Amino acid sequence: MNKIMKYVIADLLRSRAVLVYAVVLLVLSFSVFNIEDNADKGVISLLNIMLFVVPLVSIVFSTVYLYNSAEFIELLVSQPLKRGMIWMSVFAGLAGALGLAFLIGVGIPIVLYAFTVSGMVLLACGVLLSLVFVSIAMWAAVRIRDKAKGIGLSMLLWLYFALLFDALVLFILFQFSDYPIENGMIAVSMLNPIDISRILILLQVDLSAMMGYTGAVFRNFFGTGWGMAITGVVLLLWLVAPMWFSLRFFDRRDL
Amino acid sequence: MTRYFYVVFCVFVCLAVSGMSYAATIQVGASYHIKSINHALGLVADGDTIRVHAGVYREGNIAIRKRVVLIGVGNPVIDGEKQHEPFSVFAPNVTIRGFTIKASGRSSIRDIAAIKIYDTRHATIADNILDDNFFGIYMQNAKQCTVRNNQLTAYGETEQLTGNGIHSWKSDSLYIAGNTIVGHRDGIYLEFVTRTEVRDNHALHNRRYGLHFMFSHDNGYYANTFTGNGAGVAVMYTKHVRMAHNTFNENWGDAAYGLLLKDITDSHIEHNVFSRNTTAILMEGSNRVQMQRNQFEGNGWALKMQASCMDNVVTENNFVQNTFDVATNGSLVLNTFARNYWDKYEGYDLDKDHEGDVPFRPVSLYSMVVEKFPMAMLLFRSFIVMLLDRTERVIPSLTPENLKDDFPLMKPIDV
Repeated sequence: MNKIMKYVIADLLRSRAVLVYAVVLLVLSFSVFNIEDNADKGVISLLNIMLFVVPLVSIVFSTVYLYNSAEFIELLVSQPLKRGMIWMSVFAGLAGALGLAFLIGVGIPIVLYAFTVSGMVLLACGVLLSLVFVSIAMWAAVRIRDKAKGIGLSMLLWLYFALLFDALVLFILFQFSDYPIENGMIAVSMLNPIDISRILILLQVDLSAMMGYTGAVFRNFFGTGWGMAITGVVLLLWLVAPMWFSLRFFDRRDL
Repeated sequence: MTRYFYVVFCVFVCLAVSGMSYAATIQVGASYHIKSINHALGLVADGDTIRVHAGVYREGNIAIRKRVVLIGVGNPVIDGEKQHEPFSVFAPNVTIRGFTIKASGRSSIRDIAAIKIYDTRHATIADNILDDNFFGIYMQNAKQCTVRNNQLTAYGETEQLTGNGIHSWKSDSLYIAGNTIVGHRDGIYLEFVTRTEVRDNHALHNRRYGLHFMFSHDNGYYANTFTGNGAGVAVMYTKHVRMAHNTFNENWGDAAYGLLLKDITDSHIEHNVFSRNTTAILMEGSNRVQMQRNQFEGNGWALKMQASCMDNVVTENNFVQNTFDVATNGSLVLNTFARNYWDKYEGYDLDKDHEGDVPFRPVSLYSMVVEKFPMAMLLFRSFIVMLLDRTERVIPSLTPENLKDDFPLMKPIDV
């Protein structure tokens, strides 16, 4: 397993795309912190970048990589190796490379400029988001054999999580604003890993506004140990579930 | 002629000396002849001084009906045993200084206080420690009284179980300075109090309001700090208020306001710092208020100005790092915003006069949405909300057209 992982990472680094991603993140973060005179404002600007760029790059890059290395994976399958292990190693390699790129690209500026709770939450959420979207990409890639369709699906998935889902939530909010939907809305927000990370960071940077009426609902949930535990479990589920489905599918698929 | 002056001088000296001889000083304490304050009060005449030495005094109610000065030496403790009103002042020119007063009785009908001043003038309450009392210092129908450097602490669990720290009703020309008030219902409560100066006080973690006044005209509030009070500061139905150099911070909660202005007119709010409040200022029915050189930092809402406000001027303030800068509930705007610094401003300054060349609209679309549907806060800072806000900035349709700062400053100003 280690060998395959090492090979995947070496392959990713050779293609330089991950390096470019890390450098771009690094330059972006440094310039954001240099423009904003205040650490918290920098974190807010980075939040916007993170919620937008990280899922997109993670999902599209992973899908493309998986299709490009389809032949290599087929070759590996012909070897006396367990299929599950091969798939897990590929995932670990991709997730490791992208997570590391984010950690370097955003982590270094954050440690230098915004070594605060909000900064740390941002960092943790970013890494988790990278992993979650790699895992979703694995599922999309294994389900669809055609490369163009697969990439299209991954783009659609990103669009859904980044934009359409929120539009839907906004619509529900307006339609059912007369009903006690607070707890239901928190449950709905759990259906989107981007929303979960956004709310977690919001609770740090917009603390004062969150202390208001709705904030009370949030704090009653996210502020308690149980709420945090549930949130953590849900985020992990977002990481594990697509991976597990893809693994099952990969195990049975006729290559 | 010289002789005449000599006689006058002699008479003057004699008078002065005789006056001194009448102002007696009585010592009270365990090691002195007189053991109780009430006993001493029975002996003294107007103008005398009672020095109370260290020890615990449980004397029920101490009613002061003569013009005396009471001085605690070594912090004597007056214990109300949770039943009595420790000090009641009925005479003018009374001074109470240097005592620790604790455990007054509790009654919502009689409003028992640690020190209660009834219908009199020129009382001085200074350097006392008030611990676990119902009301702290209560002045009714008092004039020219001074309340200085007292420490008031209460431990009420709810608003009903505790009284106000410094409470005054129908008074005039008070001077309230340097007090620290913790855990009472309202820190400072003034009703029908006029021409009063409130300065350098700290009101922290009180159950309801840090400062609360109604119908109290012509008062000034300077350099006070109001932190973490249950509902912040609320002031109502008053004109000619001057608030300067105060700090309002960490007043958190849905109904908590750094400063709530309800029907305040012809007033000045200057050089104050509002930081980390859920709502820094809420204005309702307030007219002709000048807001100048205040710092709004890290608040949920910096300024909620309801459409019922008119002719207010908001100028030369800094709005930094607030979630929402200005929110309102209608489209009619009769107030002026000019020359403020907004950190969300994205315009430019081509003619280099330190004022932006395009106006700034501090009300964002989403702040209007959140005002209507508080739950929409769930989606704040998401991509779609950003998109909506941007569109609205370009073509304002829902946000009030006239609510704008035509001369936004490019750099924050010193407040």
